[in-house]
Amino acid sequence: MEAFLDFFFGEFLVTGQPLIYGAMVSIALGSITVIAVLTYFKAWGWLWREYITSVDHKKIGIMYIIAAIVMFVRGGIDAMMMRIQTSLPGMTFLDSQHYNEIFTTHGTIMIIFMAMPFLIGLMNFAVPLQIGARDVAFPFFNNLSFWSFAFGLALFNISFIIGGSPDAGWTNYAPMAGAELNPGPAINYYLLGLQLSGIGTLGTGINFIVTILKMRAPGITMMRLPIFTWSTLITALIIVFAFPILTVALALMTLDRIFGAKLFTLAGEGMPMMWANLFWLWGHPEVYIVILPAFGIFSEVISTFARKQLFGYKAMVYAMVIIALLSFLVWVHHFFTMGAGGGVNSFFSITTMLIAVPTGVKIFNWLGTMYRGRITFETPMLWALAFIPNFVIGGVTGVMLAMAAADYQYHNTYFLVAHFHYVLIAGTVFGCFSGLIFWYPKMFGHKLNEKLGKIFFWLFMIGFNVCFLPMYFLGFAGMPRRTYTIEPEWMPLSLTATAGAFMMAAGFAVFVYSIYYSFRYAERETQGDSWGVGRTLDWATATPIPFYNFATLPEFDSKDAYVGMKDKGETTYDKSKVEEIHMPSNSGLPFFMMLALFIASFGLVWEWFWMAIPGLIMFFIVMGIRSFDYNEGFHVSTKEIHEIEQAARGEDSK
Amino acid sequence: MSSHSESRFPIKHLIGYIASIVLTGAAAWIALGTELPMGWIVAGIMALAIIQAGIQLFMFMHITETDSGGIQLGNMIYAFGIAGIIVLGSIWVMSFGYHDHGTDGGGSETEEHGGDH
Repeated sequence: MEAFLDFFFGEFLVTGQPLIYGAMVSIALGSITVIAVLTYFKAWGWLWREYITSVDHKKIGIMYIIAAIVMFVRGGIDAMMMRIQTSLPGMTFLDSQHYNEIFTTHGTIMIIFMAMPFLIGLMNFAVPLQIGARDVAFPFFNNLSFWSFAFGLALFNISFIIGGSPDAGWTNYAPMAGAELNPGPAINYYLLGLQLSGIGTLGTGINFIVTILKMRAPGITMMRLPIFTWSTLITALIIVFAFPILTVALALMTLDRIFGAKLFTLAGEGMPMMWANLFWLWGHPEVYIVILPAFGIFSEVISTFARKQLFGYKAMVYAMVIIALLSFLVWVHHFFTMGAGGGVNSFFSITTMLIAVPTGVKIFNWLGTMYRGRITFETPMLWALAFIPNFVIGGVTGVMLAMAAADYQYHNTYFLVAHFHYVLIAGTVFGCFSGLIFWYPKMFGHKLNEKLGKIFFWLFMIGFNVCFLPMYFLGFAGMPRRTYTIEPEWMPLSLTATAGAFMMAAGFAVFVYSIYYSFRYAERETQGDSWGVGRTLDWATATPIPFYNFATLPEFDSKDAYVGMKDKGETTYDKSKVEEIHMPSNSGLPFFMMLALFIASFGLVWEWFWMAIPGLIMFFIVMGIRSFDYNEGFHVSTKEIHEIEQAARGEDSK
Repeated sequence: MSSHSESRFPIKHLIGYIASIVLTGAAAWIALGTELPMGWIVAGIMALAIIQAGIQLFMFMHITETDSGGIQLGNMIYAFGIAGIIVLGSIWVMSFGYHDHGTDGGGSETEEHGGDH
């Protein structure tokens, strides 16, 4: 018993850190509150039926986005703690070990558990609507993907109270992350958390390729697809080709750590740099996985609020295809300083610089779309407009980093930190905010308050520049990334950056408040085309969107499907054409399937095979149950369709 | 879902499944159970891998379906391209771009691992 208690308080729970005790208390209070609220409102059954087991792409999308926003808060708190620690020389807010854990979880969470699910959530919500489909191609699989992601997220996040967080950076470089230098469960959390959520990402990729290729409404040819759908298709292709590399790399390092293999170790003829090689073979395409959908969102938003067809549609599509190809040819620029020969570094320098060409084409297309448009400045448009100059700063400094010889100076300094935050925040995060505010009325039946949205925008956007612009100069001044104390001469700029981070946090707080405020006071949407200037099919549906999306669809003959429909006076509810609709049934199996894998993964993290093996067996049992599941969905009667459509569209529906 | 309810026994899938197990077992035996020189082992496993890929494509992957033939072909060409980039690119980068392996001390150490697995 005593041995157990020793283990429990000595190794299992993370102890000795006041900040972590605070986190534990807040997690406990938060969980109790959520459970109490759900019980008080008798909402458990509702939650299970309407969300957890749902195969509706719209609800799955919303769940992804909620998870992403929660993770944005967690990753953001990590970021604030790092900024506080590096604001003044000699700060003792965090010790070096804690600082290492925090920059590791900040990076991993922001990429894997914030940016990806945010974009996947928006894709889930918007893409089937944009192509006139009633759901994705594999709705059950879509729910399974979500739960794989959610349990991966849970596994990664419990590490900071149970067992300790990974501390080898989000890149998890060997040999630092190997069993020899980093014993214990921390890195295992990274390996298995990412492995588990990676299943879902791969599934989403396959699902969207099939959905977009096979489920378009009649008349929506490939070259008439809305550009966000195109960007989703290209992203899905990159996912399907890049994620297996991560899967293999994670599996190999798991073999190293748990089963004593010597693939990436220093001893026994391992090759530590092979980890960096495999990681970035996935990692660079991953960068495009999180930026291309954001490009798609900006294209939609700019074209909508400039009231013009997208300029250079074909060039946009080809630019994305070329970016997708080049994304697999640049990975070595992340480790130029490994010291490979001149041939290797020159080759990857050139391929990296080449990517600037299609990206530049896209920038000019956005400018061309706005040229002579009748632009209005709603909040989604503000984010899209801010994206262009800020992203260009990130892009140009990226070309500076692409020069291998110069990279030896910039490598692992704050110059790099500034660069990738300029592309990831100005690109991906601005894109997520823009897309969320843009589609928010379709999701929840009311818009977010515009005034609060503008305060949020200005605080966050200015704060972002105040935070990250000084980091370029800190980089020039020689400040290395991942350092937990700063030299006195870096203090003025570093303190400025911290002030900027607080501005961003204040902006985000306004955003959270605006969600509450708009829920209470915003005017409810009465018609489908929320902004009044929608161009794509998602705006042709009624609000709230019927669970089957479209009662009927006309035959399309041009791009910007909804513009054509508005001209001809068509709707997605043609009384004379209504037929029974076949829809998939909800299922609780994916939840249990992934719960089983979660248990197995947690067992592997601690190297408890008595737990891992039953978990795996449970997983196969649920899979077996699934193979004998002959549920073929259900039919919605025409009467019910008429009722739903007339209730949503009011008396004026024909 | 209706496409799943074929009445015929999935004989193709069963043959493919058994053949895959046999080929995997054979590969493991070549690597672990024989005393062949490294080059032979690698060549043998590669040959079995190509047969295995063929079984996957023809027994499971609907490659014989004609209506989506163009997509399948494009996809496969792209997949082989990416696989080539990953394998050849990794070898090139991890040997630091030095082609005369034998002469360079540092390079030859990393070289041995390439053939190891």
